[in-house]
Amino acid sequence: MRFLFKTDYNQDIRIAKHSGYYWSYGVLLLLVLAAPLLLDSYYIGQMTQLYIVAIAGLGLMLLAGYTGLVSLGHAAFFGIGAYTEAVLTGAGLQLPFMEEPLVFSFVVAMPLAAIFAGIAGVVIGIPVLRLTGIYLAIATFAFAIVIEEVMSRWESVTNGYTGLLVDSIYIGDIDFSSGEPFYFLCLGLLILVILFSINLLRSPTGRAMMAIRDSEISAQSMGVNLARVKTTAFGISAGITGLAGALFAHKLGFLSPESFTVLQSLEFLVLVVVGGIGSIHGAIFGAMFVLALPQALAIAKDYVPPEIGEMPGIEPFIFGLILVLVIIFEPYGIYGRWLKVKHYFQMFPIYKKATFKRQKAYMKSERLK
Amino acid sequence: MSLFKAENLAINFGGVKAVDGVNFEINKGECFTIIGPNGAGKTTIFNLISRIYDSTEGTMTFDGQDITRLPPHAIASLGIARTFQNIELFEHATVLQNLLVGRHCHSKTGLFSELMFLPSVRKAEIAHREKVEEVIDFLDLQHYRESLIMNLPYGVRKVVELGRALCTEPRLILLDEPSSGLNVEETQDMSFWIDDIKKDLGITVLMVEHDMGLVSEVSDQVLVLNYGRMLAHGSPQEVQRNPEVIKAYLGE
Amino acid sequence: MQLVIGGVSIGCIYALVALGFVLIYKATEVVNFAQGELMMLGAFLAYTFIFILGWNYWIGAAAAIVCMFFAGNLVDRVFLRPVLGQPQFSIIMVTIGFGYMARSGATMVPGWGAETYAISTPFSSEGIQLVPESMGSLVISETDISVIVATIILCIVLYAFFTHTRLGVAMQASSQNQLAAYYMGIPVKSVFSMIWGISAAVAAAAGILLAPTTLIDANMGFIGLKAFPAAVLGGFGSIPGAVVGGLIIGIIETLAGFYLPPGFKNVAAYVVLLIVLVVRPQGLFGQKTGKRV
Repeated sequence: MRFLFKTDYNQDIRIAKHSGYYWSYGVLLLLVLAAPLLLDSYYIGQMTQLYIVAIAGLGLMLLAGYTGLVSLGHAAFFGIGAYTEAVLTGAGLQLPFMEEPLVFSFVVAMPLAAIFAGIAGVVIGIPVLRLTGIYLAIATFAFAIVIEEVMSRWESVTNGYTGLLVDSIYIGDIDFSSGEPFYFLCLGLLILVILFSINLLRSPTGRAMMAIRDSEISAQSMGVNLARVKTTAFGISAGITGLAGALFAHKLGFLSPESFTVLQSLEFLVLVVVGGIGSIHGAIFGAMFVLALPQALAIAKDYVPPEIGEMPGIEPFIFGLILVLVIIFEPYGIYGRWLKVKHYFQMFPIYKKATFKRQKAYMKSERLK
Repeated sequence: MSLFKAENLAINFGGVKAVDGVNFEINKGECFTIIGPNGAGKTTIFNLISRIYDSTEGTMTFDGQDITRLPPHAIASLGIARTFQNIELFEHATVLQNLLVGRHCHSKTGLFSELMFLPSVRKAEIAHREKVEEVIDFLDLQHYRESLIMNLPYGVRKVVELGRALCTEPRLILLDEPSSGLNVEETQDMSFWIDDIKKDLGITVLMVEHDMGLVSEVSDQVLVLNYGRMLAHGSPQEVQRNPEVIKAYLGE
Repeated sequence: MQLVIGGVSIGCIYALVALGFVLIYKATEVVNFAQGELMMLGAFLAYTFIFILGWNYWIGAAAAIVCMFFAGNLVDRVFLRPVLGQPQFSIIMVTIGFGYMARSGATMVPGWGAETYAISTPFSSEGIQLVPESMGSLVISETDISVIVATIILCIVLYAFFTHTRLGVAMQASSQNQLAAYYMGIPVKSVFSMIWGISAAVAAAAGILLAPTTLIDANMGFIGLKAFPAAVLGGFGSIPGAVVGGLIIGIIETLAGFYLPPGFKNVAAYVVLLIVLVVRPQGLFGQKTGKRV
């Protein structure tokens, strides 16, 4: 057990709370940087996918986990980001007064895709400001369905269900849309997004978001402009998810509206909940879960009798089952379990189960409200 | 010198006159208390001042400025802070974070600089933190800095809420039943704090309270409401002797 | 006018599914994202009884509804009771998880699988002329009538149940304040199981009535998503609201399908929903709620 003696206010602001952080996260960083040397290309592809999903999950986490606004339509922002990226780097932007369409380098197109998705977030955020809880969730859900339909019907831009090929992206001769360069691009953006999120959460806007989550009415009385903070949260969240979408476009290489359905939105939500709601770690853990589960099931298939392993619906079934079990037994998801394990080792011989009991007892009283 | 003035204040909820033609004036540096039986409209007046409700009639002036139609979030930066009857803290945050939210109306950093956490943001954060530490010292909250609100006992939460209101550096503080749910000792502490807030920090206090002991200890003026109307007004002693007031509380 | 009739019969289906949402929401403040899946299970059960086991249509349908009542009860006991009273969001996620399980579970049941099935009903899909030939053509099929009549009956029964029986009042009480309901001696947990049972039974009825129109397959539960706008439009907590909401959605959808370019049919319901929510955040019949401090 480590005791911290604080002698400076900066210590509470710092990202790394003590020297242990430098060690553990430093090693983690070295590992992910060295991964292309250690793993074969299949696993590098999987890890790239993990980073992309984690970015999208972080976007939703800021909204659902920190601001308490549950969105059932994040696949829409994901899709908007993906299509914007594909169109800007591919066919290019054609405005009425231009003779040649303007094709962007991905260095410009990616931020633009994020910004565009962010604007979409603000646009949906403003009218639904007055909604809370389930009404908000359903409004975002309706929005996502409308966007999905737009993607499939606006054929001159999106090519509908025929699908849209995404061009490769280059800087000089290096192809940034596959292999190791793409891996590092995704990793870099993930780290950037994590840093942005941490910064946001330790500054006034982030605190205002959490205040809104816990009590709108007193946040308001403390001078928090509900409309502005909620719209900001929507915008940032949608922007981050849109950025993930832009990366995803290159990962897939081929876009079709089927990648951005309601089921995708639900998957993001599952990611947030299973990972651990209200924590940045949770978004990463959740992304690992969402991606690792099909892999684990594929491996497990070899060890169970084929009558079970070959059943068509087994994968979503287990997906649903795990989701239900996590919520029933570990309300704070994988991250909650992680904290418990960490605590166990920190306290080593004297760990008591009751340490986390207190919160549970509280949940009970809340439960009967 | 009057700091806050309510003139002919009224609000209807579907025909029920919750507050009806209330006039009062709070002088700078005093403690003004509103008492009255349950449902008399005391908390409604608080909600009118913090602009959660729109008044049907009347005006409110704070420091010469008309605040009757201001948006709710603008009230805090003018210098009016409040606490709530049933504690509205941010449950899943630490005491420190709660107090820092109290500083929100003083934060001027932009979203972009926050995302980058520029030096200006760091400097502002440390300045906020220093203010918060002053409040922590004032209310003896040192032990609880890092605790989550949901793990704290009721009495401490009450104090944290008072602290959060103080962090906004208000000129007028609204306390909605500061002693409700507290034991005798905690009520005693609360009464000292209210006195200190008034005398040492120079903050004007408007409070709703049932505990007459606390009321007569700290108040300068008392306003009695019944069914949304003003029943009596004066010093604590005058009000307690008023036959109308005794009738309203005890019946015929 | 002909379109409106078609819209009404589709709207009634939405209304039936929406009724299931509303029942659960009214009593437990939970939105059940697996309502469509309950409907799917009900339809599959009916299919099993009527075709695989060869029972009479009416007996099979009734048996499916009764089975679904117990199934709903069971779902509540197994999945929902452990999270009773936790934040709404977690409970919704549990129902989403259950939805996944039900959808894929259904494809694993021998005899159901991923195929599409039809139930033949005693109602013909032949049209019946409503007005004299001279006034033009206005046709309604027996299937449509069966849907409309069933909706009306169910609504009346449920409405009476909520306002006039002890259990109904107990359900309303538990939705307002679980703790207070406990103290007043209401067995809140079994009341909740009961409401899940009833809601599942309503869903089964909807599934059976829907079967001739859309056919049965494991993904028919997605119709439940269409019933959302209906429930929200009606204000989520109101039984008559759900019916009106369902009808509005059904009619708008049919009209949009006819008069507007393709694509609008699918989204019309959601566009209407968004507009209504922006103008009236509590739906058409909902009560405005606000936290009191």
